[in-house]
Amino acid sequence: MQAFVKETGLVAPLDRANVDTDQIIPKQFLKRIERTGFGKFLFFDWRYLDDGETPNPEFELNAPRYAGASILVAGKNFGCGSSREHAPWALMDYGFRAIIAPSYADIFYNNCFKNGVLPITISEASVNALLKKAAETPGYTLTVDLETQEVTDSSGFREAFTVDGFRRHCLINGLDDIGLTLQNADNIAVYEANRPSWAAIAG
Amino acid sequence: MKPRTMFEKIWDSHVVVEEPGQPALLYIDLHLVHEVTSPQAFEGLRLAGRPVRRPDLTVATMDHNIPTTDRSLPIVDLISRTQMDTLRSNCKEFGVKLYDLHDSLQGIVHVIGPELGYTRPGQTIVCGDSHTSTHGAFGALAFGIGTSEVEHVLATQCLPQSRPKTMEIRVNGTLAAGVTAKDVVLAIIGKIGTDGATGYAVEYTGEAIRSLSMEGRMTVCNMSIEAGARAGMIAPDEKTIEYVKGRTFAPKGEDWDSAAAYWLTLATDDGAAFDTVVELDGASIAPYVSWGTSPGMVAPITAVVPSPADFADETDRKSVQRALEYMGLTAGMPLQELSLDKVFIGSCTNGRIEDLRAAAAVINGHKVAATVHALVVPGSTTVREQAIAEGLDKIFINAGFDWREAGCSMCLGMNPDILQPGERCASTSNRNFEGRQGKGGRTHLVSPSMAAAAAIAGHLVDIRNWK
Repeated sequence: MQAFVKETGLVAPLDRANVDTDQIIPKQFLKRIERTGFGKFLFFDWRYLDDGETPNPEFELNAPRYAGASILVAGKNFGCGSSREHAPWALMDYGFRAIIAPSYADIFYNNCFKNGVLPITISEASVNALLKKAAETPGYTLTVDLETQEVTDSSGFREAFTVDGFRRHCLINGLDDIGLTLQNADNIAVYEANRPSWAAIAG
Repeated sequence: MKPRTMFEKIWDSHVVVEEPGQPALLYIDLHLVHEVTSPQAFEGLRLAGRPVRRPDLTVATMDHNIPTTDRSLPIVDLISRTQMDTLRSNCKEFGVKLYDLHDSLQGIVHVIGPELGYTRPGQTIVCGDSHTSTHGAFGALAFGIGTSEVEHVLATQCLPQSRPKTMEIRVNGTLAAGVTAKDVVLAIIGKIGTDGATGYAVEYTGEAIRSLSMEGRMTVCNMSIEAGARAGMIAPDEKTIEYVKGRTFAPKGEDWDSAAAYWLTLATDDGAAFDTVVELDGASIAPYVSWGTSPGMVAPITAVVPSPADFADETDRKSVQRALEYMGLTAGMPLQELSLDKVFIGSCTNGRIEDLRAAAAVINGHKVAATVHALVVPGSTTVREQAIAEGLDKIFINAGFDWREAGCSMCLGMNPDILQPGERCASTSNRNFEGRQGKGGRTHLVSPSMAAAAAIAGHLVDIRNWK
């Protein structure tokens, strides 16, 4: 997994609450069997007009000033709905390395950490302040630092955030958590030996 | 010993190892796999040279993107076909049992797990699908995971998990006639919101929940995720035991006796504390319908479309405004006057035999309105065969419903069953997100009997006035 330590980048505002994973990556793109290449389908139904090719000029992220953004600021309950990991794959492939929102849905939040995308939770008031700055200030950038657990800008904005210590450790070091679990192979074998016989799948 | 909730009992009995400052490593009793969220996981195993640790606890099916029309015809969508072929070859390579497209036991993963006896009380169950919460109806800890976690469970049969908080949602009293499990869960989500249970494992309790059939309990637990819950569960009782007994893969003989005795010990102890408790009065729940683009945007069928001004919070006002625009609705319109283009009966929420019976019972010699295309998609081939044995297929077909093969179908529109832009649909499924059933499609979530009645009337109706 790609590690995440610190990211300074252009900020794109998406002032919407409850952005579900069906919006982040619609179902027609879930048929692919690869992990890569989902960026061009990110926010597909919002991003393109009905022909599926022409960028929708009304969609926030299509404004030229947000091209190349690597930090997305959005409303509460971001990533709700389907468990599709294609959502963080699409965000990452598009170029987003960090998301800043007041809250996330659980499965999406988990999925981000498996893919080197950092979901940062800060207060709704601070998110609103960042949405405003990103909309009003051309070229607005933020720095997100997972080691110090701070979001800062060049004009004095500074907000602390917290990430569970274990997740933080894994993300900073880009660890393969399957490998970590397999270090417990002996414990797993002991657990399995003690499972009751009715726990087997009969038939 | 300290009184424990059912969640705590199941959690504690599945901890393989727990180090300070790290998530607990939980053992997984049952891993369900489908074609959409597994290809990259199997590919990961291949790249790392890892086998599937417990193929005997892993079961796969095809459900999300399969056609529900004549399956003797070739699959025309080549990308879908590749995904199905990939699951087939992965299951073969890694020794995983697969219910293939043409298998007589094929169906939606959350329908076949319970009906074949894979799902039992006390288990930990995962699947790369958010509606895995369905299985909690048996008193199991069941939750959806992403593809990286699918790979993790395939490789290790374990999953590192941080412990969620616990929430009791108690629905007191007796449900009124015409009010179903679907209405109960829509009322719950309407009350607590789509993130009301985020970070919690929910246990549903109370007389109204206990009185539900296993099918009804599955409907309630299924939609736990729409309130953000990590899992939803209902304590096992005699109804649960009766449902599991004798199913193909359920324990047999002495194993059955030990298992059934254990399952009845899982209920939350008297005096055990939940982190949060929510209460609803079951008797006052009306048939519900969604009017917006999130499962929390619901109202009793007797209500009118709300106005953004009805909401105190600025974020909510913006969301409601946007939802009304997308749905083509104006504040004040009576919900019962909304005309429909399509009706979908099916999904892991409401595609079980009892749901089809409830829908068929409403038809009673009526015909589907000329302006409506109505679709019945059984949740599994077993459900479909059972419905045929009971003559339900004839009732649907004679009334003008399109009677299909089993699958996820128009719940998420990955296969050809989709809404066209602007089409309005009464659906027994679980999500009314923008574009969920097809780009520009407008979904109203309802119960099976409400969907059937709506198909006939051509608009949403209050099932309590149906004759």
